[in-house]
Amino acid sequence: MSVRVYDLAHSRAGDKGNTSNISVICYDAKHWEFLERELTTARVAEAFKHIAKGPIKRHPLRNLKAFNFVIENALGGGVTVSLAQDIHGKSYSNVMLAIELPDPK
Amino acid sequence: MKAEGVIRVGAGAGTSDDRMVPALELAERGDIDYLVFECLAERTVSRENLSRSKNPEQGYSPSLHARLRMVLPACIKNGIRIVSNMGAANPLGGARAARKEAKDLGLGDIPVAVVLGDDASNLVKSRGDLIMIENGEPLESILPKMISANAYLGADVMVEALNTGAPIVLSGRVADPSLFLAPMMHEFGWTIDDLPKIAQGTAAGHLLECTASVTGGCFGWPGKKDVPNLANNGFPFADVRADGSIVISKTPGTGGRLDVMTCTEQLIYEIHDPTAYITPDCVLDITGISLEQEASDRVRVSGARAKPATPTYKVNVGYTDGYIGEGEVSYGGIDAIARAKWAAEIVKERLKRQGFKYDDFRVDLIGMSSLHGQLDIRPEPYEVRLRMAGRTYDRKAAHAIGFEVRALHMHGPGGAGGAIEPRVRDVLAVKSVLLPKNLINAQVLVEGTL
Repeated sequence: MSVRVYDLAHSRAGDKGNTSNISVICYDAKHWEFLERELTTARVAEAFKHIAKGPIKRHPLRNLKAFNFVIENALGGGVTVSLAQDIHGKSYSNVMLAIELPDPK
Repeated sequence: MKAEGVIRVGAGAGTSDDRMVPALELAERGDIDYLVFECLAERTVSRENLSRSKNPEQGYSPSLHARLRMVLPACIKNGIRIVSNMGAANPLGGARAARKEAKDLGLGDIPVAVVLGDDASNLVKSRGDLIMIENGEPLESILPKMISANAYLGADVMVEALNTGAPIVLSGRVADPSLFLAPMMHEFGWTIDDLPKIAQGTAAGHLLECTASVTGGCFGWPGKKDVPNLANNGFPFADVRADGSIVISKTPGTGGRLDVMTCTEQLIYEIHDPTAYITPDCVLDITGISLEQEASDRVRVSGARAKPATPTYKVNVGYTDGYIGEGEVSYGGIDAIARAKWAAEIVKERLKRQGFKYDDFRVDLIGMSSLHGQLDIRPEPYEVRLRMAGRTYDRKAAHAIGFEVRALHMHGPGGAGGAIEPRVRDVLAVKSVLLPKNLINAQVLVEGTL
């Protein structure tokens, strides 16, 4: 059994230059520690390996029951030069939400 | 109605393409004191600088006319002051256009305070040694292709402009949260070293700067994160008190939702290190912030902290960087994917035989891999749209992509339909450098009589 980030959290992606930042926000604060343990930068790097070169940094926001993942070299050179359809990487939050994690129970 | 001692700052636009009617609703029934239009994306100033070089009257945000025509009567009637960076690459031209709109609407002679001095192009021309933040290289290499350089000014000069009393304040490049912080500083006399209040005001500005992103836009998900009446979602405002207390809410009677979830998504949006969000006014730390649902569609924001501002301005340098060419065509039904893949190979070979070269090239199968890649593991859909795009300094090579994709109708695999006209666009790239603040001479000028 496994859960997806989608089951426990919501997410939004933003852009700045060639860097994408993707929030992961728990619906319920009780899942924050589970995500802190399981949603590692290594797991996120694996999910984004075909999109972003990295590095990836995870910033905890305990007060907001959230995390902020900052993924560098993720936007095809940046909004202004990218050949992608989704130049801002707005849809990247859905890659994050689809990540599977071991069952928390 | 707002309580006594509260100043209400509304968000009227979060990009130059933002929807317009919600700003009118705010002006008519939001009981706001200020309406802030944030209309400059990273490369907008570069684009407007090009417009200005063709016509010296232009260079401000083209949406200025339609926006002001829509909201000015309500703003003047209700005593709402307008604050905006719609001046873009020509704030003076924007001010003249705004005054003409007011006159044409029968509102008389409206003075406009203009903020100048963000244009740093002359300064950086002689500073090829400045290091670009994005790649660590000296600015020198892009200077010959530079079309604009603008410093992100802060709230201080906007406060100066508000102090003139003009009903409209127009600037070029000013950091987004600063546009919102300025009316608070102006009203309550907050100084830039009163960090707890500057932090709260900056956090409020960050929550408001993308308008509907905090009222249920860019958020909804059927069955999971439902948003009532999203079609009629309203724009947000902040209720601010002199002590720095902040409540975010939205126009009464509008759709959408404003709660801790929508505010949290926007609070973290486009922030990197949450302990150090750098604006011209302060270095904001959002990690101590608490969001609390105070009433329906009302969220209290507390606990923002800040360190003093850095001694530099971030300067965006815009430059031309070749062309992007694009083509698209569709395949459907039996073996649609196989035909689309074959078509892509044919176009690539035809471009190669003509000697065209590209610095970057991309093939997307829309419906499978255009957003998140990994074509090899995606299930096959019934129909697919082939998109090919390339970046090059050769305009002909850029045009050839769309030309050859369109020619697939007659010269490619069977049953291609619906190709677009060949598309070519100029690449306006942006890099940034840091300039010591004392080199920038920001100033305020009033157009018209106060």
